[in-house]
This record gives sequence, structure tokens and C-alpha cells, in this order.
Amino acid sequence: MSMSKKYWRGLPELHNSTEFQAQSKNEFAEPLPIDEFLNSNEAETSGTSRRDFLKVMGFSTAAVALAACETPVTRSIPYVVKPEEVTPGVANFYATTFYDGHDYAAILVKTREGRPIKIEGNDFEGISFNHGNARVQASVLGLYDGARLRAPKVKGQDATWKTADETVTKALAAGGNVRILTSTIISPSTKAVIADFTAKYPNTKVVTYDAISYNALTKANQNVFGKAVVSSYDFSQAKVIVGIACDFLGNWIAGEEFSKQYAKNRKVSKTNPEMSQHFHFESNMSLTGANADYRYMVKPSELGKVTAALYNAVASATGNTSVSVNTKIENEEAEKAIKKVAQKLLAQKGQSLVVSGLNDESVQTLINGINKMLDNYGKTVDVENHLNFKQSDDKAFADLVSEMAAGQVSVLLTYNTNPVYTAPASLKFAEAYKKVKTKVSFAQVLDETAALADVVVPDHHYLESWNDANPKRGLYTLQQPTINPIFAQPRNEGTRQFQDSLLKWADVKSDYLTYLQNQWNTKVLPLQTTTTDFPTFWAQSLHDGAVVVNETAAASTAPASIDYNIAASKATSIKGGGLELFVYEKVGLGNGNYSNNPWLQELPDPISKVTWDNYITMSPIDVKKLGLREMLRQDIDGSIVDLTVNGITIQVPVYPQPGQAPGSVGLALGYGRTAETLKVANGVGVNAFQFLGLINDTIQPIATNVSIAGTKQKHRFAATQIQHTIMGREEFLLREVSLKEFKENDKTYWNPPVELTVHGGGKKHVDEIDLWAAHPRPGHKWGMSIDMNLCFGCGACVVACTAENNVAVVGKEEVSKTRDMHWLRIDRYYSSDVTKEYQETTSGLLDTRQMYLDMENPSANPQVTFQPMMCQHCNHAPCENVCPVMATSHSSEGLNMMTYNRCIGTRYCANNCPFKVRRFNWFNYNGNEKFADINPAQQELGRMVLNPDVVVRSRGVIEKCSMCVQRIQAGKLDAKKSGQPLKDGAIKTACQSACPTDAIIFGDLNDSESVITKERNDDRSYFLLEDIGVKPTISYKVKVRNQDEQIIFHNKSAHKTEAHEEKHS
Amino acid sequence: MHAESEIRIPLILGNKTYRQITDDIIAPIEGKAARGWYTLITICSLCFLWGICSLAYTIGVGIGAWGSNNGVDWAWDITNFVWWIGIGHAGTLISAVLLLFRQKWRMAINRSAEAMTIFAVLCAAIFVLLHTGRPWLDYMLFPLPNQFGSLWPNFNSPLLWDVFAVSTYATVSIVFWYIGLIPDFGMIRDRVIKPWQKKFYGLLSFGWGGSARHWSRFEEVSLVLAGLSTPLVFSVHSIVSFDFATSIVPGWHTTIFPPYFVSGAVFSGFAMVLTLMLVVRKIYKLEAYITVKHVEYMNIVIIVTGSIVGVAYLTELFVAWYSGVEWEQYAFLNRATGPLAWSYWCMMACNVFSPQLFWFKKLRTNITYTFVISIVINIGMWFERFVIIVPTLCRTYLPSTWNTYTPSFIDIGIFVGTIGMFGTLFLLFSRYFPVIAQAEMKTILKVSGEAQKKAAVHAHH
Repeated sequence: MSMSKKYWRGLPELHNSTEFQAQSKNEFAEPLPIDEFLNSNEAETSGTSRRDFLKVMGFSTAAVALAACETPVTRSIPYVVKPEEVTPGVANFYATTFYDGHDYAAILVKTREGRPIKIEGNDFEGISFNHGNARVQASVLGLYDGARLRAPKVKGQDATWKTADETVTKALAAGGNVRILTSTIISPSTKAVIADFTAKYPNTKVVTYDAISYNALTKANQNVFGKAVVSSYDFSQAKVIVGIACDFLGNWIAGEEFSKQYAKNRKVSKTNPEMSQHFHFESNMSLTGANADYRYMVKPSELGKVTAALYNAVASATGNTSVSVNTKIENEEAEKAIKKVAQKLLAQKGQSLVVSGLNDESVQTLINGINKMLDNYGKTVDVENHLNFKQSDDKAFADLVSEMAAGQVSVLLTYNTNPVYTAPASLKFAEAYKKVKTKVSFAQVLDETAALADVVVPDHHYLESWNDANPKRGLYTLQQPTINPIFAQPRNEGTRQFQDSLLKWADVKSDYLTYLQNQWNTKVLPLQTTTTDFPTFWAQSLHDGAVVVNETAAASTAPASIDYNIAASKATSIKGGGLELFVYEKVGLGNGNYSNNPWLQELPDPISKVTWDNYITMSPIDVKKLGLREMLRQDIDGSIVDLTVNGITIQVPVYPQPGQAPGSVGLALGYGRTAETLKVANGVGVNAFQFLGLINDTIQPIATNVSIAGTKQKHRFAATQIQHTIMGREEFLLREVSLKEFKENDKTYWNPPVELTVHGGGKKHVDEIDLWAAHPRPGHKWGMSIDMNLCFGCGACVVACTAENNVAVVGKEEVSKTRDMHWLRIDRYYSSDVTKEYQETTSGLLDTRQMYLDMENPSANPQVTFQPMMCQHCNHAPCENVCPVMATSHSSEGLNMMTYNRCIGTRYCANNCPFKVRRFNWFNYNGNEKFADINPAQQELGRMVLNPDVVVRSRGVIEKCSMCVQRIQAGKLDAKKSGQPLKDGAIKTACQSACPTDAIIFGDLNDSESVITKERNDDRSYFLLEDIGVKPTISYKVKVRNQDEQIIFHNKSAHKTEAHEEKHS
Repeated sequence: MHAESEIRIPLILGNKTYRQITDDIIAPIEGKAARGWYTLITICSLCFLWGICSLAYTIGVGIGAWGSNNGVDWAWDITNFVWWIGIGHAGTLISAVLLLFRQKWRMAINRSAEAMTIFAVLCAAIFVLLHTGRPWLDYMLFPLPNQFGSLWPNFNSPLLWDVFAVSTYATVSIVFWYIGLIPDFGMIRDRVIKPWQKKFYGLLSFGWGGSARHWSRFEEVSLVLAGLSTPLVFSVHSIVSFDFATSIVPGWHTTIFPPYFVSGAVFSGFAMVLTLMLVVRKIYKLEAYITVKHVEYMNIVIIVTGSIVGVAYLTELFVAWYSGVEWEQYAFLNRATGPLAWSYWCMMACNVFSPQLFWFKKLRTNITYTFVISIVINIGMWFERFVIIVPTLCRTYLPSTWNTYTPSFIDIGIFVGTIGMFGTLFLLFSRYFPVIAQAEMKTILKVSGEAQKKAAVHAHH
């Protein structure tokens, strides 16, 4: 049958004539004129001689060679053997651990083609600390920091590892005291390595020193419970929370974890109208204070008195003995409030929590006493299941410094710490350091300490390292490399892990990975019951990134009785000065570990909104008193003053900060780096670490011997927000309500629909007034909801967005010109004493003008609201219809999209955007020399962090939030591949996944079961600027403050109805 | 030729004959230029050079070189654009509308006014083309056939309407101006002696023969073009105003903008014509043709349009208050009393108060005073556009986005550069082209010449 058909290519083939047969043997149908060509004499007779031919050849070869010189050759080498798990274009995620001695997070690292590019939270069940703060989010950029050392250094010169090892082992073998100065180590295996090292060199002593010390917590727990540990806290169980200068939503111990817990009690709805109540006493306006329901301004020296007063108020009500100290403080309002706060605490015994951020042993002892009296132990605060962070021993550190100064230390190893920069000036660390015979630093960059060290043995970045961590009793996490050590190239000597160095010097013949596996085999494996097979256990743990085990706690050895009187008298003993300084950590830079990270430098401070700077925060009242530039609008330059603290004078600008306790000033840590190789950080701000004081044997952020003298110099601040109040626009933008009103009234009172008067009388909801029929959204219809009750302003989302979307860093000068490029910003509004109600008593234009001028001034102690702001993806987008070239348009899934290729940059869309979220590329940030040092995209190494799924924008185009359209597409593709409908929650935008409190919800509005649909239908849901009819896709949820006072959100229409009804009756 | 009352003030002073008119108007072309001309053109071209450098720098690094920012995305660029487009309006109004209304006094000024229009539109074009982030892609603004899957511009965008309005306007203005020049070029061709000049003007004159047929066609075309230009006087600035009026920015979103912009444009255009004509009159000694009466007529137009503009400013304020809209009210309060209020009051003083002094005959017939006021009005009209754009954008809906604006050195350079370019072009024009439409002038000599009027009066007696 197969032979029954015949295929042919032409009639000659079909007929198969002899002629065809003959022809088919030839390759070419017609004979080729080869002979003719070879026999012709044309070659000889032609004008082109051999010489000419060579000339032409020579010229063209040279020309081609020259032309080739100009074009850079970009090598793109495919894998010879493709790693099994790497598929170009598909991201891999690895579970690992972030820990730098200051912050901890259990994370997933997104890698693309072998490059780590993004940090996500690890959602392993039962895990905590799985949301990184802004620093953790930004840490991936640190991997590609050009300042990182590529080889060891001996006496300031690049050296081989052999030389470095020899130098160090020689010094170690010489005998004499060896000291390891390190920040808190939470890795059991690292501790074991150090033990091995100590065994080899018995003169070794480890001194734990954290730049920002929590020594008072451990000391107080030692006093009260006999355990020198940091308690774990559970804010989610606390109905009443009192913070005393404790930034627990920001930097205190584990801010993101506490935010997550705290948020659980802040999520109110009509069905669950209960929320925690938070009182806060502090000097500086902290992130936590800004989120408190009631905030009181207290001078730093009086914070101990507040603690003692609270202790007394609770003690007298619970039948305990009071302490007899003077608790009189300047701020009478705060003093009065203490009684009320105590009552609230007592009403929620066992469900309350008092925390203090003061690093004063006596204050913390009192705090422990208060929590004990309130039965909070084992409920909201737990000393048994303690945390392993913050083991700093300040006394030991001070002793070490004097030992060094006396020349008694022959080898000093500094790991994960930079004491030359961070030690208090009074300790004179740098001088003492110079007296150490052999100084060895493990710093990854040539920081202030490493610059003075004799030997620098650069450590791997954490994304290149193996390690483990035990942050909390019962939780073990692993750290695994997500990339080969970047500098381990033939050309470089490269970096080496700290533990490997120690093992080598201790003559332990094992690499750290094997060592780590052995440790886990012997120590962690027995703690769990799932498996007894180590390879299985190891593979599973590595995959999960964490193991949760049951560990029995060591029994506490509490002393029989504690005399709180001694603590109280010590706590209240700090003498107040005319002006007091409270040094604080910024949410962005923290302790300055990452001050060379441009993403963090450009992250606006959540309170002041200033980038690339630290400054004195001063109460506007004091600013006026001192005759400094008031700069209330902040678009005017500020004053520079001479700040003298304990005899040291520096020049620093003054920023008028509402909410700063009068008589006190604040100054942020982490700035004023002097290390030359830190190109980003060098010269930004001043170093505040020098003003830390060793008071009562702990390093405290308080100084009372402070004076300020004005100078004539001016300073330009680079702030992303220069108008601080809402200007009477609450109804359209920023709806707030007190819990009391929220409970007592229904939605129409505190979240009224926006109605407009229509022709012919009557009112209509804005949605009913429309020129066009809505476009169909047949497939997905994306939506987002932002809960202002849950946004605390931490900024992790801003950095996450920067990393995900390759947002350019533009630097201080450009930010000061309002040219920041952030796709997502967090607007921060202060309340003002003047509201629109005032208008009812005014008449005439001048009064109105005065009212608006007064509204611009925030209250002395304002209430703060945070409002994340990004492209609202308006369904009637005003940007879309004005673009002359249709570079911005709407997708069928409801997204407002940018076509960069088409954009010619008329900026009309940006003008017409009511939310002002569109960002213009004023320069070529990726090529312009001006941004070479700060923009990672311009650096050979730095650009490895770029997300290949997102275009790097060129000069002259507009960009803005795309709602992470690349993630949406990836999510849809995954669903398509699996053949399942897209699951709600499968797609998370970068900001959403970075948010520890789930303030941002994203999903499909066409899915009636989705979380976003439920959020959208919530009573608290509203849209911004609904009255102008742009129909945003992003909805916000009304902020509820747990206050008893009347009306926070000024509801004009409700007022009028009431007045109307009164008239009728 | 129609008769005119003898008691009407003559439009051509002195005892002028046709020959003298020719001599007077060709004098700058045939003779040597005055020292003032050289001084002015040096200054202007230096400014122009500064502008070119500033523009080159901008094209090199991006418009980050300017003071604009995220929020105030338009600033001096669009201010200058609207200002120059506005200035251009007087030329078209004089040559088209006044032609249709048979206002003979326009003949002394229409040539220069049209030239001014063209140069002003060129200046405006610089801003419209180079204010974009990627000017090399400006061609995307035009509905050109393309391979992007046939992707057209967005016909909903007022900016696109702008492109059409301005390009039409520029084309019609140039054609109208050139047609008017043809008879005069013919006259110059016949006068000049040097061969290259003869060739040059011969080419420009399109073989003008001065025959009756030529004249008849010339007048027909002029009339048709006048008819075409007249709607443009109103459309161009209306459309420019749509850039603002159709947006949702509080302070821009107002229906009053089209008439307000058109009258403002005529207002500023006349001021600029006055500035130029008073200089031309002095340098080229054309006092006999551009008389005090001409100046007075123009000043009257300025009072009228200036008052319309003043009323528009007040109407805006009233409507903002009357609307009861928070955004609108605050936008205008901010303009008048906010951080940039000085620019608002500068605008008010220059545009509303200063022209009102022209109600006094003594002042409106005073050449020096008129010259000063004409410059004051130009400054005021620049501030009008600045006030509309910058303080408004500084404070829109979200208080968190409120910011400020400071121009950069480059901004100033480009603006001064366009003034330099305008001046240079105008000075070259005045040196090589007839600044007064002599052919038209000659048509009214018999009825509006001083000597002829006197003779007529004498004859009556």
C-alpha cells in the first residue's frame, strides 16, 4: 500500500525521460562556465594589479581592525554544561538567613541566572522573624558593593592569603593576649568554631560588643530572673501597650517582627471593633511614637522618672510597695497621663505590655517589675523562650579598651563590628586600638577599623556564606550561599569566610561547611523527631531554611527579692541639662552597617522625609527660641549650628521636628562615615556614635551636657516631602476616626459616600455620574487595598520596590530638587491645631488665608498618619488621554501601563496626575557621570543586582508603578502551565510581600472570593479624590485611632446634617 | 480708491511723493547700516549664542539641566512657548483682521508685525520641539505612516491639537507674509545695482512685473489668505489654552481659558509690535510713516485687550470662590497669596494696572512712555503664563506633593537665547527686507498723506 502512491517533483521526473536521467546526474542544470573563466585573459588585462589588490586588502583589514577597536565586545557565553536547576528566564529561590549582628531575618533569596537579585520573606510554617526590614531588603545590593575588598591586606597592601595567614598565625603563636571583639553571635556553629580556636590559643577571650547596646535588658533580666538574656515579646497578645522611648516598630530588637504582632491587634472592622491601645512616652519622634494612640513628649533625663512613676502607679494598685523617688517631670500632661495609663494597664492584667528602649539597667529592672506586677510574664513577655540577640557586654568592652590602652592585648580580631567608628568618644577606642600589636579585621570593606588594622582578612558576604543561626530558643535557621564567592576569580585573591579563617588558624582540618554539617548532625538533629537520617534532615532543613524544635529551658534562678528602690533611685538620678541629646537609629541606616548602600541613603526617613542626611531634630519651639531658621515649609534652607556634647563640637544642621520634646534634641546614628573607599557614605552627615555615653556601665544614647550655638551657615535638606499637613483635605484624602466614633456610628458617619449635587437638584454618588460607559474587564481585574491602620511607615516596601523595579538612585542634589524616582512613597501627614471647623468663625478672604497659613504648621505634638502612595491605576486615568503619542494606556486587566519605547517625554501626564506619582528621567541616570558613584546600574558589579524582568529606563521617559506587572505575568504563566485557575494570593507585588503587617493587599477583583474583594467591600474602604472622578484602582482603609476623643476626621457633611436636624427639632 | 475726510489725521506725514516713499523704505537696504544696528545685532547674536549653548547642553545631558522637577514638570519651557506664541498673534491680527476691517493704519506696521509673528513662532517652536525628554523622537507627534503596527498619535491629546494648530499657523503666516513681500521685492530688484543683489531680489520677487493682472491676483490672494488667517487668530491660542483647560489640575481646569488666552495674546502681541516699531522708527527714521497716531491706535487696542485680560483675572477668582470647590479655591488663593505670590502681583501690576494709564491721551501719545509700558506688558504677560503654570503645579491635590521651583542657569540661557534669536532675525529682516509694505503705503498716499490732505483742504477753500 505504501508503494501505491508516487510523488514527483515535475513532469520530467514523472516521465523519467533519458534526457532527464542524464541531467539529474549533474548538480547544475546548465553547464558552468568554468573553463571559460579560467581560460580568459581578463585577469591579466584588468586594471587591478596584484599590488592594488594587496593595497586594498591591507587597507580594508586595517579599517576593519580599527573599526573593531571602537566597538566594545560584550561576551555572552552560554553554559557548556547547563546547571540542572538554572533555566535562563526562570527565577530560583533559596532559603537562607540574614544576620549581621544587628538585624536578623529568615529569608528567601530570588536568584536569576545565578545572581541573587531580591530578598523575600521565608514563609515556612512556625517561623518568626521572616520579614526583613528596609536594610534586609537592601542587603542584596551590598553583595555587589564595589567597595568590597577583593583580597586580604597586610599593612595596608594587598596580599595573598598565604601571607595573611602566616602573619596572623605568627602573631597568634607568639603568645600574649588574644581578644575577639565581635557583635552578638547567634550561630551555635560559629560559637563552636570560636571554642576550637580558643582551645588552640588559650589566651583568647571573646568580648561581645554591639554598636547599639541592649546590655541593660540582659542585665535587668539577670537581676530579676537570673538569666542574662533578652526576653521575647508578643505584642499580639497585648491589649494595652506602653512604650517608653522604645522604637519597637522600628529598630528595637526586631522591629518588623514586632510590627507583625502589633498589627494583629490593630486590624479593626465593624465585626471586630476592638484594637489594642498604645501609649508612648519619648523625646524624639520615633516611628513607634508616630503610630501610638497617645504620645507624650518627655525629656531624655526624665524618662527614668516616667518609668518610676508608672511603677508606683501600678504598685499601689496591686498592693506592692512603691518606690520613694521624686517623679516630678516638666511635661505636666505626661505626668498626669501616667495615672490613666496605669489604670488602663491594670484593666488588662496579663494582656498588657510595658517596654522601654532605654539602655539603663535600673530602668529595665523597673520595667521588669512593672510587667511582673501586671502578670505579663509568660503571656506578652517571655524570659524562658528568650531571644538570643543583643548579648552586648558594655562593661567588658570598656575593660577591653583599657586593657588595649595598657598594651596588654597582642592580637585583636574584630568581626562584624567597627568600633573605631561606633565606640563612644569617651572610651578613646582608636587610640587604644593603635596600641594593639597585631590588629586583624574581618571586615568586608575597608571600614574605619579595617583601615587601621594590620591585617584585613575579608569575610564573605552573607549571600556567599554557610552558617546557621539560633535567634530564639527552639528556632534554628540555616544560611547557604546563593552565589559563588564573587571575588574568588583567578585574578583576585578573593574573600574567605570568617569561620574558615578561624578554623585554618586553629589548625582544624575541615572546611566550615563540613564543620557546620557535623554540628547539625550532633546538635540539632537530636532535637527534632521527624527524621533520624542526617542527609534527609540536612536536605530538608536547607530547603526550608529553618527547623523548629522543642528545647527545654534552663531553669531560672530568680533571686528571692529585689529592692526596686535602688533601681528607682538610680533610674531617676540622671541630671537633666538645659538641652539634652537623645541619639537614635534611623529606620533606613540603623547602626550604619549599610551606610554605603545607596538604596538606604535614598530611603526617606519615615518621619522627617529627609534623605542622605542626619541632622539635629529640634522642637520648632526651641528653634524659634534659638533664633534659627524655622524652615517650616522645609523648602527653605535650614541653619547649621555648632553642637557641643561633652566637650566635643561639631557642625550639624538643624531640622525643626514637630513632636520633639522641647529642651531635647535628637541626632541619628549611622552617618558621618570617614572610610575613603565608601564612596556613597563618605561625607554624608556627621557621626553621632561619638556622643554615646557610658552611664551606669552601659552605653546609653543620652547626653545631658549639650549646648548649641547658631552659625550663619545654611544647609539644604533633600526631603521628599516639604508640606507636612493635610490642609483640611481629610475628607478627600486621609480619612480618620476615633475608635469610639467608629463603634458608635455607622459607615455613613465616618466614611461617607462622595456625592455631588446634580442639575435639577438632589445628589448623586460620583460613580453614577460618568461620561463614558465602563470598559469591560472580562478576565482579571487587578485591585489593591491599603490599610492605613496597618501601615506604620517602616519603608521596607519602598526598598523592595526599588530592588524589584530597578528604580534609579539619584542622589542628594536631585532629591533636593524633588526629582526622587521612587515608584512607591509613603506620605506622612502631621495633624495641625487648625482645622476647617475654624472657618466657621472666620469671615473674609484674609481670615481664610490666615487659616490656610496656620494649617501649614503641624501641632507641637502632632498625630501622624502614613499613607503609602503609588500609581493609583485610575480607570479614568487623566494621564492617558493627554499623552500625544499614546505612550501610556490602560490594559484590559485594569492596569495603567507605560510604553517606554513610545514615550517622548512631554511630561504632560505627570502634570495631569492628581497623585503626582509619575517620575521623569531627567538625566540618563544609567550613564551620566554625575551618578556614577551612587547609581548601582552604572557599576560593572552593581548592575548585577538589576532585575532582568524590568526594563532599565533611559533618559527622557516617564516611569511609574506598574503594579509589578512582571510578577503578574509570571503568576499567570505559572497558573497556565499548571492548568489551574490562578489562585488568589499566588501573585504578590513587591511592596505587598515586603510588608510585615499585610497592610497592602493585591488581587483579582473579578474573583468574588478573593481577599481583595472582601477588603474592597469593607466599611472602612474608600478611594482617594473620589470627587474628581478618576476612579482609582487602589482603595484605602480609614485609619482608626484608639482614642476616646471626639471627631478626628472632620466630617463636614455629617456636621451639616446634625445642624440641619437640630434646626428641625 | 475711496475718499477720506480731510480732517482725519493723516497717516503719512510730510510732503511725500511715491518716489520719496520708495527712497525712504529702501534706504536701509541700499545704504549703510546705522551704528545702533550693529550694536543691537551684536548684543542679540551674543544672547542667541548663549541660547544655542544652553540648548546644546540640554540636548546633551537631558532636561534635568533645567529647574523643572517631578511635580512642576513644566515651567519656563512652556511659559516661554505660550509667551512667544501669544506675541505672534498681533501680526496675524493686524494683517488679517484689520485688513478685513479695512483699517488703513495697519499698512505701516503689518509687514514688521508679520515678520515678528514668524520669528516669534520660530522661538515658540524651539520650546515645543525641545521641551520633550527625547526630542529626536518628536516625529512621533505627527500622524506619519509607520511600521509600528500602524500606530497613530493620540487624537484626544490637546498637545497633539497644539502640534497641528501651531504648524498650520506657522505655514499660513509665512505664506501670507511672503505674498505681501513680492511687490516690494520687485521694487527693490529694480532699484539695486549690484549684480548679486539683483539676482537675489530677482529670485525673491518671483518675477513680479507690476502688471494689472499681477496686482489683481496679488490682492485676491491677500484677501483669501486674510480670510484663512482670521480663524487662526482665535484657534491657535484657544488650542494652546486647551493644554491647560482640558486637564484636571485645579487652576488649569477652567472654561474661561480660550477667550482669556486669545485676548492676552493680542495684548502681548501689540505690546511687542510697539516695542519693535518704536525702535525701527527711530533707527530708520521712519517717523513720517509710523506716526504718533499709529502708536495711539495700537495703545487703544492695548487698553481694550488689557481690560479684557483684567476682567478675566477677576472672573477666575470669582468663579473659584463661587464654585465652592476646595481645590479650585485653594489654587487661586495660593496664586495670589502663596509662596510665589510675588509673580502673581507682578502680573497684576504689569497687565492690569499699567495699561489703564493709557486712558490719558497725553500718555498714550507719548512715545517714551509707550515704549516703557510696552516692555512692562511683555514682562507682565510672561508672568501671566508663569503664574498659570508654576505656582499652580507647585500645589495641586495632595499636600504631600507640594513643592517649589527654581529656574536653572540653563533655563535663563534658553529664554534669553530665544530673545536673542528673535532680535537677530528681526534686525536682519529690517536690514535686507522692506520693513514697511511700501506698495500698500503708496495706495493710501493720495487719501491719507499729509501734503495731499492739506492740498485737498486748500482746494475746498
